[in-house]
Amino acid sequence: MLVFTLKKLGLALLVALAVSMLSFALLYLSGDPAAAIAGETASDSDIEAIRIFYGFDRPLLVQYGEWLFNAVRGDFGQSYYFQLPVGQLIADRLSVTMILGVCGITFALLTAVPLGVAAAVRPNSLIDRVALFISVMGQAMPSFWFGLVLIVIFSIQFQILPPSGSESWRHFVMPTIVLGYYAMPGIMRLTRAGMLDVLSADYIRTARAKGASEMRVMFKHALRNAIIPVVSLAAVQMGFMLGGSIVVESIFALHGAGYLAWESIGRNDLPTVQALILIFSLFYIVFTFLSDLLNAWLDPRMRVG
Amino acid sequence: MKKLLAGASIIALTMVAAGSAWAGKADDTLKIAFNKELESVDSFYNSAREGVIMQHNVWDGLLYRDPYNGEYKGNLATEWEWIDDVTLELVLREGVTFHNGEEFDADDVVYTVNWVVDEKNGVKTQRNVNWMKSAEKIDKYKVRIHLKAPFPAAIEYLAGPVSIYPNEYYAKVGPSGMGVEPVGTGPYKVVKVEPGKRFVLEKFDNYHKDSPKGQPTIGNLDIRTIPDFNTQAAELFGGGLDWIWEVPADQAEKMTAMDRFTVANESTMRIGYLDMDAAGLTGTENNPMMDVRVRQAIYHAIDRQAIVDALLKGKSRIVNSACFPSQFGCTEDVTSYDYDPEKAKALLAEAGYPDGFETDFYAYRERDYAEAMMNYLNAVGIKTNLRFLQYSALREQRMKSGTPISFQTWGSYSINDASAFTSEFFKFGSLDLARDEEVRDWLDVADSSVDPETRKEFYAKALKKIADQAYWVPLFSYNSNYIFTKDLEYKPAMDDIPRFFQMSWK
Repeated sequence: MLVFTLKKLGLALLVALAVSMLSFALLYLSGDPAAAIAGETASDSDIEAIRIFYGFDRPLLVQYGEWLFNAVRGDFGQSYYFQLPVGQLIADRLSVTMILGVCGITFALLTAVPLGVAAAVRPNSLIDRVALFISVMGQAMPSFWFGLVLIVIFSIQFQILPPSGSESWRHFVMPTIVLGYYAMPGIMRLTRAGMLDVLSADYIRTARAKGASEMRVMFKHALRNAIIPVVSLAAVQMGFMLGGSIVVESIFALHGAGYLAWESIGRNDLPTVQALILIFSLFYIVFTFLSDLLNAWLDPRMRVG
Repeated sequence: MKKLLAGASIIALTMVAAGSAWAGKADDTLKIAFNKELESVDSFYNSAREGVIMQHNVWDGLLYRDPYNGEYKGNLATEWEWIDDVTLELVLREGVTFHNGEEFDADDVVYTVNWVVDEKNGVKTQRNVNWMKSAEKIDKYKVRIHLKAPFPAAIEYLAGPVSIYPNEYYAKVGPSGMGVEPVGTGPYKVVKVEPGKRFVLEKFDNYHKDSPKGQPTIGNLDIRTIPDFNTQAAELFGGGLDWIWEVPADQAEKMTAMDRFTVANESTMRIGYLDMDAAGLTGTENNPMMDVRVRQAIYHAIDRQAIVDALLKGKSRIVNSACFPSQFGCTEDVTSYDYDPEKAKALLAEAGYPDGFETDFYAYRERDYAEAMMNYLNAVGIKTNLRFLQYSALREQRMKSGTPISFQTWGSYSINDASAFTSEFFKFGSLDLARDEEVRDWLDVADSSVDPETRKEFYAKALKKIADQAYWVPLFSYNSNYIFTKDLEYKPAMDDIPRFFQMSWK
């Protein structure tokens, strides 16, 4: 098991390294970094000075090697855009994203799993239809639009929630709903499908025959088995939320890591982009790993793997 | 049901009362939105418009240009005099203090100038400073600035982007410290910086009384970056913001119709233009852009007024010269080409392209403007393929191998002198696609002559030839829409720099 885990971790780190190398090269292909840093108003002399100041005139491999050497020692360098250490910049932005991500996935799970179970217990009933409707809406509605609708209702019409910023818990209510709602349909449908599958299994009939209460059958016997793929999906969704809530962060002016990454790409702010990519890929690795552990706990058969 | 509704509205009302979103006049705080994250408040280390705004409000220059009438006045310097073509002597104002209590004197000027001109320090906006060679202290309140070469626009730069830093503080904290805890002599002092996100400013009570900027009246400024316009509008409606800018024309029209806020429109110094490969950088073999008749045909083919009326609106207007009309040396008395598609077709036929030709059309912003122009070109037979790139990618392409035709803009960094525009693009720099030696030589004379009349004469010569040869199609000036609470008294200036110290509550 230990060897297996280590192997998996090693592989994951190689993936992270490959991703970082690729992104480094891609950023160079996307435009002259010196011109991007200098900005639209720059003259030739500005760009030349920046090229030399940041060392863009050196070979690409040397630049990447230097970055990697410093990064493994925890030094991500200075952001080209903000004249600040990347570590400090990201730590600041990441906290917002983390809160949003955790709230978002919690919201999604708390709404999706009960709905999915309810829909599976009474397939093709009214509750199933309603659940289907909610999930189709969540899938079909672009989050920027949903976000604006919420703002119109809760910030302009009723004025109970602030439309932007991250100063208090009230600022996170609408972003959580938008982000969570987007992740919800997948989780719900997977729960429903898993439950339908499990509920027709022999051991459920056996459990009922033993006289187990319906509650016990549902949660102890059925849900525990049905939820395994949901855990894997939720882990991926969580990684996605931490790295990709760009639209939500931008609409609600939350200034999280996703928005920072998006903006930094446009600015060719290499050190920031590199560090964020590394952190995002580590998130995926950690969450996938955690979901494997959780699944192994839920399903003893997996512990053998 | 009625009871339920009443209960719900009471809850809603209490929550409103508990909220912090109250409009500004009551607590003397002007709540402002920026659209983009400002990289660093240190004005020598950002190239953003938001940075220029901060610079004007937090720091002072040696001189000041009145944004409404263009007159130069002393600010940190009270007198200035040219000793010779490359030496400017300035007498400094006494009794000025920085926000941190440091006293302002010649040492600050000398330190700032010598720091920014040193290329090792990597100042981001080189053009703003690289005309200076060094500064020298004569006595405590007298300095000399030495230039590398005669540079008549020096006064304009000293009144604009060159602000003076406190020497002791800057030596200690450097650009990264200045970026998070800025210290200047300006009308507002910065009390809080959350990099890129939020800036809180407070009226500087010790602001020097004789400043040409006047005294600030609004007590606090709370600036937040909100990238999405719709969110800004929602904040404005809810009282979470008092002032927004760069509002899209169609939205500004709607807001005007609503009559809840003041909507002000003012021209900016940014000009849009089409740049054509006259020198054949993309290849000299069968390159239609090298033929002056083709370039003139392109000029005739585009209805610039229609684009202004339909898309830019506001105070935008068409321009005919390769500079901003208010800039020193800029003249609009040059050949212009009216919208005449028939004439365009005739010119194309004359040049040997009776059926037109196909070309890539590059652009990096305002895709709708670009597409409008492409439609006009298609109408006269020039088939265009849009290549819409990131700014940096397009710039690289232009520097390395040129582009046949591209839609560009230039804001001159709000410098009111043609040297910041025409000379930037027609003196064989990497973005000079005309490569006209005569134009370059004239501009050299105009840029370095100390006699204003000579300067005007030579800028005019250069601009006339640029127009005759149709190296560019100058398009239009941009405009900016400002929307703010009716409690606020504010008149935008043409250089698109909001000066918060000139705003007041009604």
